[in-house]
Amino acid sequence: MEEKPKIVVTTRTRRPETTAKQFAFTAAMVPGGGALREFRQHAWETFNRLSLPTTAEEAWRRTDLRALPADQFRLPEDGLYKSLPAVPGELLQPLAADAHGGQIVLLPGGASVEFTESLTRKGVIFTDLRSAERDHPDLLAKIMGAIVRPEEGKFAALAATLSQNGVVLYVPKGVSIDQPLHSILWGPGEDLAHLSHILVWVDEGASVTYVHESASPDKSGAALHAGIVEIKVADGASLKLVELQSWGRQVWNFSHERAQVGRDANLDWIFGAVGSRLTKNFSDLDLVGEGATGRMSGFYFIDGIQHLDHDTQQNHLAPHTTSDLLFKGALKGSSRSVWQGMIYVAPGAQKTDGYQANRNLILSQNSRADSIPGLEILADDVRCTHGATVGKLEKEPLFYLKSRGIPDKDAERLLVEGFFDPIMQRISFEGVRARFQQAIHEKTAAE
Amino acid sequence: MSELVVKNLHASIEGKEILKGLDLTVRQGEVHAIMGPNATGKSTLAYTLMGHPNYRVTGGEVWFKGQNILELEADERSRLGLFLAFQYPVAIPGVSVANFLRTALNARRRATNPEDKGMPIPEFRKMLKEKMELLKMDSAFAGRYLNDGFSGGEKKRAEILQMATLKPEIAILDETDSGLDIDALRIVAEGVNALTGPNLGALVITHYQRLLNYIKPQFVHIMLDGRIVESGGADLALHLEEQGYDWVREKYENGESGK
Repeated sequence: MEEKPKIVVTTRTRRPETTAKQFAFTAAMVPGGGALREFRQHAWETFNRLSLPTTAEEAWRRTDLRALPADQFRLPEDGLYKSLPAVPGELLQPLAADAHGGQIVLLPGGASVEFTESLTRKGVIFTDLRSAERDHPDLLAKIMGAIVRPEEGKFAALAATLSQNGVVLYVPKGVSIDQPLHSILWGPGEDLAHLSHILVWVDEGASVTYVHESASPDKSGAALHAGIVEIKVADGASLKLVELQSWGRQVWNFSHERAQVGRDANLDWIFGAVGSRLTKNFSDLDLVGEGATGRMSGFYFIDGIQHLDHDTQQNHLAPHTTSDLLFKGALKGSSRSVWQGMIYVAPGAQKTDGYQANRNLILSQNSRADSIPGLEILADDVRCTHGATVGKLEKEPLFYLKSRGIPDKDAERLLVEGFFDPIMQRISFEGVRARFQQAIHEKTAAE
Repeated sequence: MSELVVKNLHASIEGKEILKGLDLTVRQGEVHAIMGPNATGKSTLAYTLMGHPNYRVTGGEVWFKGQNILELEADERSRLGLFLAFQYPVAIPGVSVANFLRTALNARRRATNPEDKGMPIPEFRKMLKEKMELLKMDSAFAGRYLNDGFSGGEKKRAEILQMATLKPEIAILDETDSGLDIDALRIVAEGVNALTGPNLGALVITHYQRLLNYIKPQFVHIMLDGRIVESGGADLALHLEEQGYDWVREKYENGESGK
């Protein structure tokens, strides 16, 4: 039989998805009674008023949501987690010490809370959002929405109005918690909208370490996470906050986060991201009290078609404030990262010391990192510096390692680990470092 | 006993031929020195033998342990027992000397047994401590980033430490004396001498005779324009020290131009 020549016909048609789909949530889904009724109602109106962001907006210029299947997401009903894969045991291991002072697991349609009673007696609150609504309505009404407002964007409004899940951590004045607290947002399932609201309030002179982790298994289809993280570090208080993101590759992930740091207070804020299909994260550090200090350390490693967009703001709103940001990322496959950072120094915020740096390591020809630092300085006696780099693995170090018998893959992994080492040095928790080393191992070993 | 046999090796970089038919045999237990003026191809020889991707082999063979190693990647050549002490070791920020050496050792173990779990850490620490004492190195060295901010002497000592750890059968030392003051040179040479013996064959590449006051070769070769033109015993190096390279140039370059 003779072989027929193959005929390939290509036609150019415009893709139908020129605008994003719309969410299918309804007013009836907004939780009714309780202390947060007004807040949620207002957020619902805001959610309806705001449209999905498009690339015409500066903050979203590099992150396109036209493929977001917004109409297919539904809220998980109560108890849904029982029919979904359970949290893997390794996620429940303490990351920041040998033991934790408390652990919360947020699940689709449920939550579980474990908390040391001695801390409850000191007035510490560490519980899930629904329990907090029931047990601490006045506190919640006071602090919810005080730092991140629903007006900040479609996804902020969505999380504000419909969050079924969340964590409330309140540390009263002068209380210092030695054992780290740990929460996990576990989001298995398809077509689900995981909405979360995290409130961290560390009152005057108090101190705590808190690790929050979001994760889900890789699945086909799509899932959504929209979250708010509101952080208050009151005068003289100190907070170490670690956020780890290892969403499955089907997850569209959005978060609005802001920390308000008071007089002589200190925040050590760590971000780690290896997951999701697409992430857009806004993280603002507001140094509102004289002598406030904030450090933001980020590490990310993405591959495949992952897209990670992190917007950071270091707002120096009072004199003698210090901020120090270092974000480092590696990219493989056709992945893309965006880091857009701004140091803002308000008029009168003299003696400010601000630093920001973003370093990227490109491991494949098709990946791309955009790194956009920015300074806006309205005071005259300040010191602000920044740096941004995008580099590739160099040939000579690779040859050097190979000449010692180390195969290509291992040599690449060693160089990637070396690249991340300065950021790992900032993380005092062995468990967090080990979790990221594991991700480096898996991602460098993959084709 | 293994030997490295170079036959009629031709190699070029960016289209320019540097090695023009080089022959050489180095056996385990022997110390050879290659001397020659600048830009004669000495470093090209070192890099080509180790398999640097910038150098293109255009002819010849290099036999080691029954294989023509020109077909192997650099890491395979290393695991076979070949070693290059670099003239300019590159800095690897973020990777400690200890972490690097353990990865290199474990790569060897895994190549022979894919199931190998790696050398246990206490055993590795003990081994590293012994090697570092042998080379009179401070133990803090193991925790420093590899070659990052090292002085010239520290870099060269780190190369010898790697050689001591990886136990090659044939080692090429490329201008190991460059950039060293006399004290550093003595320490590095002592390190090399502590390692040479029946199990190690060394090919010492140098521009100056002074290194050979410390590392005594049994064989000395003179390289000129991509080839070895004279071979002899230790006295050949002394002859060069006294006479310089001019007589070699006259003898061979004039000879060629007369062709």
